[in-house]
Amino acid sequence: MSDSTPILIDNGRLVSPADALDRPGRLLLRRGRIEAIDPSDDEIPEYCHHIDAAGCIVAPGLVDLGVEFREPGREEDETIRTGAAAAVAGGYTTVLCLGNSDPPIDTPAGVELVRRIADGAAGPRIRVIACLSEQRRGEQMAELGLLVKAGAIAFSDSPRPTGNSALLKSALDYCRMFDIPIFDRPVDPDLVNRGVMHEGRVSLVLGLAGLPTEAEDLAVARDVRLAEATGGRLHVGPVSTMGSVDLIGRVKSRGISVTASVCPHNLWHSDEMLRSFDSRFKVHPPLRSERHIEMLCAAVADGTIDAIQSGHMPRAREKKMNDLDLAPFGAATLETSLAVVATRLVHAGLMSWSQLIERMSTKPAIIAGLPAGTLTVGAPADVTIIDPDQPWTIDAAQFYSGCQSSPHDGDSVRARVIYTIVGGEIRYTRRPALEHLAIVN
Amino acid sequence: MTTSPRDATTLDADLTGIEPPPFPTNWRKRHLLDLESLTAEEITTLLDTAQTLKELTAGCRRKVSLLGGRTLANLFFENSTRTRNSFSLAAKRLGADTVEFSSAGSSVAKGETFIDTAKTIQAMGVDWVVTRHGTPGTPHLLARELECCVLNAGDGAHEHPTQGLLDMLTIRQHRGRFDGLTVALVGDIAHSRTARSNMWGLRKLGAHVIVCGPATLVSPRWEELGFEVAHSLDDILDRCDVLNLLRIQFERFSSRPFPSVHEYANRYAMNGRRMRRCKSDILIMAPGPINRGVEITPEVADGPHSVILEQVTNGIAVRMAALWLMVGASVAGEGDVRSHQGGEDA
Repeated sequence: MSDSTPILIDNGRLVSPADALDRPGRLLLRRGRIEAIDPSDDEIPEYCHHIDAAGCIVAPGLVDLGVEFREPGREEDETIRTGAAAAVAGGYTTVLCLGNSDPPIDTPAGVELVRRIADGAAGPRIRVIACLSEQRRGEQMAELGLLVKAGAIAFSDSPRPTGNSALLKSALDYCRMFDIPIFDRPVDPDLVNRGVMHEGRVSLVLGLAGLPTEAEDLAVARDVRLAEATGGRLHVGPVSTMGSVDLIGRVKSRGISVTASVCPHNLWHSDEMLRSFDSRFKVHPPLRSERHIEMLCAAVADGTIDAIQSGHMPRAREKKMNDLDLAPFGAATLETSLAVVATRLVHAGLMSWSQLIERMSTKPAIIAGLPAGTLTVGAPADVTIIDPDQPWTIDAAQFYSGCQSSPHDGDSVRARVIYTIVGGEIRYTRRPALEHLAIVN
Repeated sequence: MTTSPRDATTLDADLTGIEPPPFPTNWRKRHLLDLESLTAEEITTLLDTAQTLKELTAGCRRKVSLLGGRTLANLFFENSTRTRNSFSLAAKRLGADTVEFSSAGSSVAKGETFIDTAKTIQAMGVDWVVTRHGTPGTPHLLARELECCVLNAGDGAHEHPTQGLLDMLTIRQHRGRFDGLTVALVGDIAHSRTARSNMWGLRKLGAHVIVCGPATLVSPRWEELGFEVAHSLDDILDRCDVLNLLRIQFERFSSRPFPSVHEYANRYAMNGRRMRRCKSDILIMAPGPINRGVEITPEVADGPHSVILEQVTNGIAVRMAALWLMVGASVAGEGDVRSHQGGEDA
């Protein structure tokens, strides 16, 4: 993934919490790596792409902890190619792809297939979260050791919750041998029968079956207890309730290494949106009430919640064009996550840009065990350039994703990705192609 | 808007010549989706219009051609006999044609979405789509997609606005007001669209509403929304002016919300013993179908306080009013329905 032409990013504000960096500076990328921060004029090669990043934030590329790219078998929702295009348009340079395709990615051959298709997609780095259980049935462990060998970097049956506690405990134990994390979407399956939205006042009035918060809280409680008992690496997410925040905060204070993430849509819209009966608001985790939203935002800001993941769960239009019982959960979120989080948290004064980059790049990279999320010299040249103040209106019809359903369609946001650079190659830009081809020196 | 009761001399008159009532000047709504979003004034207009049309068509054997040349489509994705027939009769009594559609054996069984099915029916040229569906919000989605009027005949556990209106019309005919009345809805509130429509409608017009039933079927959150919650029928009996006894919807349970029907009947069935503790002028209502011996015993269902069959009669009046008002609003300014048969243009 290295481009022969070096890139000089000039006049930007370098923001990288991993490097304690938040200041004006320039960045030189060469041979797929970060070559230098603030290079002297002598160090700058004669021929290079010159990007004027005046007014922009230059940050390590965003890392997503779990997208669904539906290939093979569910290409009507999203292919790896359309998903990859959506990811780089959203500023992501690495995405972890879930194995809930058809067939599910529960064999080394499946991992290999996804990796090969991903290599041709010219998007972000795509890493595989393989299925935790055989056939994703939630009964027996998949061949975890062989899957690691094939390149899987985490295991999960998500979006299906791991209902079987014995399976989860064994897998946490077993994966200690590989130092590989298990991701669980915390839901107690017995408590969510046919639910389509947050269980609360609004679901009561609308007569819609609810997803109670305790279904998530119970699963989080079980998950963190099993992590403590086994010493295995566990990531719970996405979470969406006050109860989850409370439990996670308490186990962290006891020094247990559990990490957690949230989705941007759970930081913004409430269950009131379901009054429209529009299936674009049927997302998972469900849009909850204002109290939960406020608590989640505070937990993201204070670091109780480690990471923000897009929750990209694309579903074809013909599936979403239905009533709330029949339409599947899901939405395209890769292209809106950064703007939604920046608008909701940074511009609202709840956290800084540095904190945003930490939640969307640095921490996810650490959780996934990847050498990303940093602007250290020698690190892979994965960089996202963001105009922090650019206002725009989200229009799902313009998405690169194969899915045009979004809970944020029509929302006004501020902050936009201008460049996404993966391994020193420009994979996405909103600027005319020739503008950055100026030759310096 | 008032119409004097018809006297005996008009009984045999040619009813097609009857002067229709003036169209209410304040009516704008083209769809009847729920009572939660209607104002007290709109609900009163619906009830007044229903009363007028009921009197206009009372005892007649002929149609009033108020809606002649128009077509109603019944689009039912859930079983129904009384509501569907009630809408059909209401349409026919005002001179409209009806077309029936039910999901069994239709294109829905072939995989078509309900929106496509509704659009197909609309393309055949209909003025109203009356829809019943197991999922809340389906009429609201149709109202956004269709040009014609959409009337909700029940959407899952959400609302059943014409049922709410006919219950209210029945109460008003007996009490003449809602202010100061205490109305208890008893039974499976959780799964009841009738309960929700009654709750909003009654409260908007000033009644005090109690929802009563087992704790598993009556959420404490209703209190946050301003309704009184009770779990013991015996505790509220002597305060109630109206009891509306809802059916237990066994088909909707995933796990049993109470130990047995026997125990339920013991706590909530309206029987002769409980009747003796009620106010002397209590009204006993039930939206039906009734389960005799579960929520109501035969001596109560068939007793002097029961208005269950009046509710059914009022159902047609309410639906006539809804059909006329909705289609009237959608042709506003065209002088169509409003001036039809010589009525005044509003």
